[in-house]
Amino acid sequence: MAKDGLNTEFRLVGTRPNRPDGLDKVTGRARYGADFSLPGMLHGAVLRSPHAHAKILKIDTSKAEALDGVKAVVTRADFPEGLEGEDWNLQENTMAGDKVLYDGHAVAAVAATSKLLAEEAVRLIEVEYEVLPHVIDVDDAIKPDAPVIREGASDASVPEGMPPNVVRYMEFGRGDLEAGFAAADLVRENTYKTEATHQGYIEPHACVGQMGSDAKGEMWVCTQGQWFIRKMCCAVLGLEASQLRVTPSEIGGGFGGKTTIFMEPLSLALSRKANGRPVKIVMSRSEVLRATGPTASGSMDVKIGMKKDGTLTAARAEFRMQGGAFPGAPVDMALYCGFAPYKLDAVEHVGYDVLANRPKCAAYRAPGSPMGAFAVESLIDEMCRELGLDPVEVRMKNAVREGDQSSYGPKFGSIGLVEVLEAVKGHSNLAEPLGPNQGRGVASGYWFNHNGETSVSMSIAADGTVQVSVGTPDIGGSRASLSLMVAEHLGIPYEDVRVNVVETGSLGENEPTHGSRATFASGKAAILSTDQAIKEMCRRAANEWGIDPEAVEWADGAAQPAGPNAGKFPPMSIKEIAGKMGETGGPISGHHESLPEGVGASFGAHVVDVEVDPETGLTKILRYLVVQDAGRAIHPSYVEGQYQGGAVQGIGWALNEEYIYGEDGRLQNPIFLDYRIPVASDLPMIDTVIVEVPNPGHPYGVRGVGETGITPPLPAIASAIHQATGARLRHLPMTPQKVRAAMKAQDS
Amino acid sequence: MAQVDVHLWAGLRRLTEGAEVVTVEAATIGEMLDALVQAHPGLKPILDAGISVALNGEIYNGARHRAIAEGDEIYLMQRMKGG
Repeated sequence: MAKDGLNTEFRLVGTRPNRPDGLDKVTGRARYGADFSLPGMLHGAVLRSPHAHAKILKIDTSKAEALDGVKAVVTRADFPEGLEGEDWNLQENTMAGDKVLYDGHAVAAVAATSKLLAEEAVRLIEVEYEVLPHVIDVDDAIKPDAPVIREGASDASVPEGMPPNVVRYMEFGRGDLEAGFAAADLVRENTYKTEATHQGYIEPHACVGQMGSDAKGEMWVCTQGQWFIRKMCCAVLGLEASQLRVTPSEIGGGFGGKTTIFMEPLSLALSRKANGRPVKIVMSRSEVLRATGPTASGSMDVKIGMKKDGTLTAARAEFRMQGGAFPGAPVDMALYCGFAPYKLDAVEHVGYDVLANRPKCAAYRAPGSPMGAFAVESLIDEMCRELGLDPVEVRMKNAVREGDQSSYGPKFGSIGLVEVLEAVKGHSNLAEPLGPNQGRGVASGYWFNHNGETSVSMSIAADGTVQVSVGTPDIGGSRASLSLMVAEHLGIPYEDVRVNVVETGSLGENEPTHGSRATFASGKAAILSTDQAIKEMCRRAANEWGIDPEAVEWADGAAQPAGPNAGKFPPMSIKEIAGKMGETGGPISGHHESLPEGVGASFGAHVVDVEVDPETGLTKILRYLVVQDAGRAIHPSYVEGQYQGGAVQGIGWALNEEYIYGEDGRLQNPIFLDYRIPVASDLPMIDTVIVEVPNPGHPYGVRGVGETGITPPLPAIASAIHQATGARLRHLPMTPQKVRAAMKAQDS
Repeated sequence: MAQVDVHLWAGLRRLTEGAEVVTVEAATIGEMLDALVQAHPGLKPILDAGISVALNGEIYNGARHRAIAEGDEIYLMQRMKGG
């Protein structure tokens, strides 16, 4: 039962049927990126820079080209010139130009008749470098003597006089900050740092690209957005979008990291040079970690004023983030989300997007929000402890409600933070007693819900079953949730609806599955498409009955007379109408495309209990609770899975994960043995509570739920470790070594 | 054509002669952005690089066609990205 008390009487919405892709995935029948093969296909391999920063003086590919079985070699010379802005950034990241900008940056690529041959040919390419000084850390990158990564890379937002590696600058806020801090009983300011982490999707990037001399091509690729792949590949290679057809494979995780291109244009460039033979490229894990987008690392100053009763009076955040050697660190989103759970009359945000010699960052689940939450929520907790206040009550006292001005500007519409915090207060985990070396942490988190270009078609088959074509790859259960909504709307069984994720030739432009939008946006468009088909089915029934179409309504999976005046006719089911549609006017389908409005943002709050081993500093998660507003959980198991998945990734970010660079600027841990993501044995069952404050902007009340869950774990775990040990860690990850060192420092 | 107040982020003040709220006449998001550039040409590279517009709390990337009306709450924001 939803907590809002509104209508929840649904036949299918809110149930937990089997997932439509379940059997394919457990039997190995699902086709992922690397599973696709074509006759005559070649295999690609990429030569990557061993330096963090170097000029490319010379590339000699002659020995590689001479190797028997090698069919094509490409370097930057094979790409068009004259690109600008983000198109240039994408091209430069795809293949280095004059300089390599990070360890792992692509320098050349080879297509050969086997993967082994391609790799051997890569080793035969000779590159002469002039090694340049490099910089890895964000704070080092803005020091006066830092190596300049790219002269003139700053955009118009950066005032004159800032360090050259600052490429974007932002500043926003409202109210009288000075008066706000003066009104506080306690003002505290601290610096927090987070390290770059990778999305850690299990399936590495993989694609098969084919491009003929007629500039017509196809690509089969593991991606969150086939239209983005098409747009970006075409920009980088100078192709016409309509001539490249991109088909998404099944996807083994993306989390934002598969919303952009990395090696995909290389397969097309190689194919074009190899007389149109298709070229498959599958990244190794090491390539994924060295050369695809992790998230940014951050260095963040936060200052907060609080009264003795917990009321916040003012807040200021200054965040510096590096997103690799290109603009795009999500410092803006981190600032937008950091203070979002709090009602503030005086607030200021300052942000710096900084270049460093690291791979180009990509989106990662609620990009920026976990970092912002780590800084803000940690300081809130520190101040609660100093004033002896309950951290949940303080969050409730300052919680934003519908109509409140958000910290980032616009007023909030319908939101459910208060309901989330009420659910936290009532949960039994808060009453669990804590033993020695144990601690409890609480934190809130926020993420938006994005609309985005959306195009959906649906059609009725002759047997009355339904196919829905969507452009948003299913990374979190959207096929199940869309099937449920369409089946609910039509009044037919869930099993009678099949949702297909289709290629770029089948629909209008779709943005990727990102921004927690697929169930919201494709779902809303699918319902509106279904309305068209329903209208047509009612018209067909009206024709048969000889009455006005307006006198027919759709109910319980059938056209029915709308009232006693419409005449007495037995209901005409979807199967009956579909069975004779060829004789009554032809195919019945529906289509909708728009930027769906009515997005519903999602707040969450997490409670974690930990135990810290005083000998080793190892943190064990004892209990973990996720409470989050889903608006309406269409398929609750998937919503719970999103909550749990977000929490697990956040736990990894908090405790273990980081990019470790050597003095030479090379990544030291580019395999999963050394870059340690949490595994099942590290974790307890993650408890979940789905709060439902329906989003009035969606027919079934859906909010985007996929991203908020990764946000609170970072500060919640830091606060729990603080309670367990007395030591406050302000630099992630909180590895056993760091925790132990902090405990020792506390003792001394 | 509606007269609307557009809230900019503070970092843009140096491009708008110190104004953080700019009043323009426009009937759509697109017209509003064009009017901003006409009033303050220094904003053009920022807007061209890509921004989002929060219209009554709904955040849009693009959507130049979207109608706006007198009294609407409008904020320019950094371009929204998601994972």
